[in-house]
Amino acid sequence: MSAFTSKFADELIANAAYIGTPGKGILAADESTGTIGKRLASINVENVETNRRNLRELLFTAPGALPCLSGVILFEETLYQKSSDGKLFVDILKEGGVLPGIKVDKGTVELAGTNGETTTQGLDGLGDRCKKYYEAGARFAKWRAVLKIGENEPSEHSIHENAYGLARYAVICQENGLVPIVEPEILVDGSHDIHKCAAVTERVLAACYKALSDHHVLLEGTLLKPNMVTPGSDSPKVTPEVIAEHTVRALQRTVPAAVPAIVFLSGGQSEEEATRNLNAMNQLKTKKPWSLSFSFGRALQQSTLKTWAGKEENVKAAQEALYVRCKANSEATLGTYKGDAKLGDGAAESLHVKDYKY
Amino acid sequence: MSCFKSKFADELIANAAYIGTAGKGILAADESTGTIGKRFASINVENVESNRRALRELLFTTPGALQYISGIILFEETLYQKTASGKPFVDVMKEANVLPGIKVDKGTVELAGTNGETTTIGLDGLGERCKKYYEAGARFAKWRAVLKIGNNEPSELAIHENAYGLARYAVICQENGLVPIVEPEILVDGSHDIEKCAYVTERVLAACYKALSDHHVILEGTLLKPNMVTPGSDCSSKAKPQVIAEHTVRALQRTVPAAVPAVVFLSGGQSEEQATVNLNAINQLKGKKPWSLTFSYGRALQQSTLKAWGGKEENVDKAQKAFLARAKANSEATTGDYKGDAQLGEGASESLHVKDYKY
Repeated sequence: MSAFTSKFADELIANAAYIGTPGKGILAADESTGTIGKRLASINVENVETNRRNLRELLFTAPGALPCLSGVILFEETLYQKSSDGKLFVDILKEGGVLPGIKVDKGTVELAGTNGETTTQGLDGLGDRCKKYYEAGARFAKWRAVLKIGENEPSEHSIHENAYGLARYAVICQENGLVPIVEPEILVDGSHDIHKCAAVTERVLAACYKALSDHHVLLEGTLLKPNMVTPGSDSPKVTPEVIAEHTVRALQRTVPAAVPAIVFLSGGQSEEEATRNLNAMNQLKTKKPWSLSFSFGRALQQSTLKTWAGKEENVKAAQEALYVRCKANSEATLGTYKGDAKLGDGAAESLHVKDYKY
Repeated sequence: MSCFKSKFADELIANAAYIGTAGKGILAADESTGTIGKRFASINVENVESNRRALRELLFTTPGALQYISGIILFEETLYQKTASGKPFVDVMKEANVLPGIKVDKGTVELAGTNGETTTIGLDGLGERCKKYYEAGARFAKWRAVLKIGNNEPSELAIHENAYGLARYAVICQENGLVPIVEPEILVDGSHDIEKCAYVTERVLAACYKALSDHHVILEGTLLKPNMVTPGSDCSSKAKPQVIAEHTVRALQRTVPAAVPAVVFLSGGQSEEQATVNLNAINQLKGKKPWSLTFSYGRALQQSTLKAWGGKEENVDKAQKAFLARAKANSEATTGDYKGDAQLGEGASESLHVKDYKY
């Protein structure tokens, strides 16, 4: 076959399929030290290691949350951290039936000669890092490529660079036992309509799958983390049903059936919007040969963060808020969300930050 | 969306979906004058217009056969021919709910600097020709790209040229109301194993769908006509239908978007019975198959029929029965219900492989 023969093939295929288990999805808790600093600042919490550890412990030990999750993406620091009673986070996750994942990219840099377009770095020594992460218990990885919509964007150059960077990252992961999440995020920033977003998404995804084929990636052992197809942030909103239709159609036109699961990014949508949109997709009657689930960061943690505010006495309530969102999204993967999640403080708040950088 | 806006979009989508109707498939009867001449020579029939007309009438008027056929690919001459009683063939088809299709490529030419690799020609004035064919009743088209497996083949150049030629042809068809069948045939010639064929097929199909995306083709209004994934014709180990089915479906799962409504396999030299049995195994396979899997057979539907006919009027009845048997068998294969009991006509198990096949 066109895929290379990895000694990890069976494991990669099994883990990728597991992540797409109906009723489950991914918690993206891989905010870099800088990014988590911004979140902590918004709730007046100091950006020190203990606070970062406390937040993640709050998330991973929230009663009822782990059964709704198949994976959690971690930042490197967190992969080696422990709970307050000395248990490694990766062990807590594993015992809860959740696969630990690891962010492996090193952020974006600008592409010379473009209008602020970027490529993602992190390929140097990636194989060795993946080996190390696998030994520490990681079983999947994530790499975020970023594209934007503008008059002349995304350019063919930027699509090609980002697609081929993703493909190279993906095969290196597979050589080292990690299921690669392929994330080509097209930012929601802009005043374009949903049709423009659909056209760009289809073009970008087609380029990604050509690149993955060229790099001999085993598709059955990968996941896709795309944006949903929506109007730009400065454009009038549309209903979840319209978002669902355009999103699923774009995927039908580009994502091979061999890919076991698609785990959407939330990209600035509010917690409630993200859940409703995912729910609408799973209710749509049409060809969907992959699971459709979530890989949400902000859209799973917003109310939790606000409720916690860094205070020990708020932990229980904060964990309850996380459980509410986890359960809602779990139902959304089955198309059974009734919109009745107890809305936490901020659940309906847009989480859009212009030109978002982790 | 990434595809262009065609005034024919709804019609293209409906026609492409219709061709993939369960229980139906395509009869490829588009042999060029030269190629049909070779067939006729093998049964001692003169290659004149009336004989070509008589053969196609025999096929299209076989009692009970057209219910198993959703489309028939024609050569240009046939599009304008009539039955002996004066009824245009396209009307015979339409009345039986069969879509007429038309071969629009003009054959292959060699790519300079390669080891006998080719590209397909026919783009010049294609839009005008498609318009004309649409007016004559055609609703789908076919263009055959050819690749081969060798030590250094298919080359990146051959893959790129053939994929982009197919994509350009496809969008021109859609601009003019014809559903394009995208046919990137990888010849079975060679001593390679099934794994090699799978590898090449996946690479070629990935290139095709990238090219179709670049050319803004509406995938919902296209069909794919690929080779099945098999060992080469000279490979020492043969593969069971189940193994062919597994490798074929996996290759498609890895490359063909779900938006494509149907995959219509070419028979490429397989005997009538092999082609049916393999298609049957493909449809019995449990796994993700978000497209219909059916047939677009030429030789594998007509071989016994031709032999039974021998060009003689008194054999028409016998020949039509042979055709009906194959059409019904393949119809059953599209639902995985073929029991292997088609009355084997003379030659049904005969390999139809011709080295380096050119239509």
